[in-house]
Amino acid sequence: MSNAVSALQGRTAPGEVTIREAGLRGMIILRGDLADKKLRKVCADVTSVKFPDQGQANSEGDKGLCWMSPDELLVLVPYTEAADAIAKIDAKLAGTHYLAENVSDARAVILVEGAFCRDVIAKLAPADLHPDSFKPGDFRRTRLGQVAAAFWMRDEDTFEVICFRSVAEYTFDLLAMSAKSGEVGHFA
Amino acid sequence: MLILHCPCCGVDADETDLHAGGQAHLKREGPGSSDDDFEDYLFMRENPKGVHFERWRHVYGCGKWFHAARCTSTLEVFGTYPAQTLEPPQEIKDKISAKRPGWSWGTFQ
Repeated sequence: MSNAVSALQGRTAPGEVTIREAGLRGMIILRGDLADKKLRKVCADVTSVKFPDQGQANSEGDKGLCWMSPDELLVLVPYTEAADAIAKIDAKLAGTHYLAENVSDARAVILVEGAFCRDVIAKLAPADLHPDSFKPGDFRRTRLGQVAAAFWMRDEDTFEVICFRSVAEYTFDLLAMSAKSGEVGHFA
Repeated sequence: MLILHCPCCGVDADETDLHAGGQAHLKREGPGSSDDDFEDYLFMRENPKGVHFERWRHVYGCGKWFHAARCTSTLEVFGTYPAQTLEPPQEIKDKISAKRPGWSWGTFQ
C-alpha cells in the first residue's frame, strides 16, 4: 500500500495563535435523508457522538459529525478507520438512497489554536463570528479569502478548518498571515 | 453589500457566499411549444426598477438554490423562500404589499 501523507505533513506556524496542519484525518461525505433512523443509527455506531442539529458539529477526539447541508453530513473518523466506517455505512444503508465517499485524501484539516483564534478567522470569512452568534459546536461552510472552506469551534480557543487539499497551502499561509498580524479586539 | 438568509441551511449569507441565478419563476417551454413561447422563455426577462424575484445559489455554503424577493433600486430584501414553488408564498407577497403598495411583477401582484 502507498505511504499516505497529508497535504502539508503537519506544518506548524507557531505564535500567539498557532496554525497547525492536523495531519491525516479520516473524512467521509455522507449524503442521504438525514431524518432516516438507519442513517442516524449508523452515524452513532461509527462515531459515537450525538447527531448534530442544523449548522452544528459534534466531535470527540478524531471522531465527529458535521452538518454540511440539509442532505449532507461530514463523518470524521481516524484516518485508518475510514474504509471500515464506509463498509459499515454501506452494509446498514443498502437499498436506501444514499452516497458515502471517502474524501480523506481530497481535504486538509488545519487547526487554529490560541486566545484570539476567533479574530484570525473573522478577518478572512464573510461570516458573523461574534461570540454571541458563533459558539463552540457551531459549524459554518463559507469561504476563507479566495477559497471554499468549512470551520467549527472545538472549544473557545480552537477552530478546526477544513479545505480542499489543492488549496491547503494557500489556506495555511492565509491563516498564518492573519495570526501574525495580531488581534483586532473588536469582540473584546 | 447584499445579505440573504438561506432558507435551506438557515445562514445569513453575504453576497460573496452566493451565486446569482437570474430571474425566478420562469416557465420552461420544451419540445412542442410554439416558437414565440420558446423565444420568450429563452430570451425575454423582466428588468424592473423595484420589486424583483431572483434565484440564488448558496454556492460556498450548503450548495442549495433558493429564491429571493428584493428591490433592485434600494437593495431592500423582502424575504427569501425555498425554490420548490411556482410562485412566491403569500407571506412574502404581503410583506411587499406593505412596503410597495400596488406592486406587480409578471403575473404576480
